[in-house]
Amino acid sequence: MAEKLTIVVHSGDMDKIYSTLIIANGALSMGMEASLYFTFWGLQRLQKGGLEKGSLSKMHLLGIGKSMMKQRMNKANVSSLERLMQDFKELGGKIIACEMTMEIMGIKKEDLREDLITEYGAVGTYIQEARESSVNLFI
Amino acid sequence: MSKIKVNCCGETCPIPLIETRKAIRKASPGDIIEVRGTHPASKKEIPMAVKALGLKLVDVKEEGGEWTIIIQK
Repeated sequence: MAEKLTIVVHSGDMDKIYSTLIIANGALSMGMEASLYFTFWGLQRLQKGGLEKGSLSKMHLLGIGKSMMKQRMNKANVSSLERLMQDFKELGGKIIACEMTMEIMGIKKEDLREDLITEYGAVGTYIQEARESSVNLFI
Repeated sequence: MSKIKVNCCGETCPIPLIETRKAIRKASPGDIIEVRGTHPASKKEIPMAVKALGLKLVDVKEEGGEWTIIIQK
């Protein structure tokens, strides 16, 4: 089986987007290919200006929890989601945007970060990626 | 054959691994890549990546919490 990682990015929560991008960059760094399939709440993070907008999956506390988490992350010198995304693209990572989510949520191509998106697709595109991956995650 | 230096001191997961991979991609076969850093897990994970990529791990050393890893492409 090919050395490839595929992740369904269903959640738009900030901490889960971090997990996604850290794992995906790790895979690319260790010589694997990586594809991220952004759907539902995850796709909202690909909207222009949306990458850092997710709430915390726990203890968000109307944003207080998130800002405390951000402070701690800054102190620990954790990089921004934007930098992780740029690194992901530079290392050859692939991003697929779910067309059905775009339709349901009324999101147009021009609303999205077209600079990041490799292709637009549906479940068939995901399965084609997943069937040739040795690691498949749903976040 | 040239020598590429990567300084990841103070950087945390996953930056040292990413920066090492970027440097390897830019290097030509035979080039030496020297990565310096302080993130403890990366000291053992970068050699794992080097092995997975089929490259040569020339040296790993540590002094006062700062490690240096030498790779040949």
